[in-house]
Amino acid sequence: MKVVVDMNKCQDHGQCVFAAPDVFSMDDAGRLLYVADPDDALRDDVEEAADVCPLQAIRIED
Amino acid sequence: MTGRILVAGASMAGLRAAEQLRAAGWTGALTLVGDEPHMPYNRPPLSKEVLAGQAPFDSLAFRPRASVHDAQWLLGRTAVAARLAERTVVLDDGSVLAYDGLVVATGMRPRRLTCPGPRAGRHTVRTLDDARGLREALTRPGARVVVVGAGFIGCEVAATAVGLGAGEVTVVDPLPLPMIGPLGELLGRALLRRHEERGVRFALGTGVAGFTGEDRVTGVELSDGRVLRADVVVESVGSVANTEWLDGNGLDLTDGVRTDELLRAGGRPEVVAVGDVARFPNARYDGVPRRVEHWSIPGDTAKHAARALVAHLHGTRDEPAPFAPLPTFWSDQHDFRLQSFGAPALGRDDVRVLDGDPDGDVLVGYHTGDRLVGVVALGGQAAVMGAARYRNQLLKQPALTA
Repeated sequence: MKVVVDMNKCQDHGQCVFAAPDVFSMDDAGRLLYVADPDDALRDDVEEAADVCPLQAIRIED
Repeated sequence: MTGRILVAGASMAGLRAAEQLRAAGWTGALTLVGDEPHMPYNRPPLSKEVLAGQAPFDSLAFRPRASVHDAQWLLGRTAVAARLAERTVVLDDGSVLAYDGLVVATGMRPRRLTCPGPRAGRHTVRTLDDARGLREALTRPGARVVVVGAGFIGCEVAATAVGLGAGEVTVVDPLPLPMIGPLGELLGRALLRRHEERGVRFALGTGVAGFTGEDRVTGVELSDGRVLRADVVVESVGSVANTEWLDGNGLDLTDGVRTDELLRAGGRPEVVAVGDVARFPNARYDGVPRRVEHWSIPGDTAKHAARALVAHLHGTRDEPAPFAPLPTFWSDQHDFRLQSFGAPALGRDDVRVLDGDPDGDVLVGYHTGDRLVGVVALGGQAAVMGAARYRNQLLKQPALTA
């Protein structure tokens, strides 16, 4: 699975971190970090993360 | 599985319901009916980035999941009546749609002021078309803006208007502080000061008695006798549930659609309500049914209601546990953010500063019976991350009624 975050849209709300903590995290300054090619077993979590992003900045590309 | 689930409402809640019905195993037909001509789009930027011109209107469209590619979208059409006993819904063009399952996702519309005066020049902010019209009005040079209602939408619009260079921006509210209902006095005062420092004026403790002008608004008459000159008025005075089409079916439609703990309405397992029109009991708190107008609620309700509805239609006993979402909301105003987890409004009488101080970045805790029920951060990213650290604690707590 390929995850793409539009960093021009991202405003560091961090909702994706709650939904998929194995894929998304915040650095010490509160900026988003993410795994771009997570294991397919995490698909449900990543879909949830994409749903709950207030800016709808997360895209899943297969 | 054959049959049809009809989703009345094609905004975020309708879309999320359709997607979650598929995720819950529904392979039958899906029909969505929406009164706006647009496919579902994201509303929060309508009072912020998009109103400010920082993001284009077409950036708001949601990307529906592939699982709903075969759904039927009836856009620009409105449900005008329902006969739940017959499992049919009537649309404004006279067509009658039969369903096996019904999802009520018709949402809210802005409440309008009914005091005397012209209508032209008065705006609301709910739809894409609303925001387009308001942006055009706000970007006229030197526009004098009066925002009626100091809640979240009103304060966001006021901040955006100041950022756009409006001539004057004044927020009017009968309450003594902005956002005092959901946030209480401590943050209400902090927000008032921050807005005033950034150029927003306030007329608080007074309502609106009427509007001056012949064909269009030229001013706002306050109930204390003052008149504020205005080229643009924004009415952000709450919302009204779109439930008239459900009248006559024995449902409790007092402020939205009353549901049970599985989001089912009127004791009918084939009818669920989702989004901000649903008045549901939250098993996490006191069990009192409430409507919740947070952005996270369409997704949360859709997921839960879809499981309950599909379990019923498939004839399984695989019902989900009672609905118990952790409320969360945010608001961006000027250069600061509010971030909330939990239910601050339930703990407004016992508000404590957990970190920082109200003049800078601050993290505030709301308590009931000495127990933390909500946290709100105000300020920059460090404050917001501070609030997030309390989220797990709030999630783990047993229900208030337990």
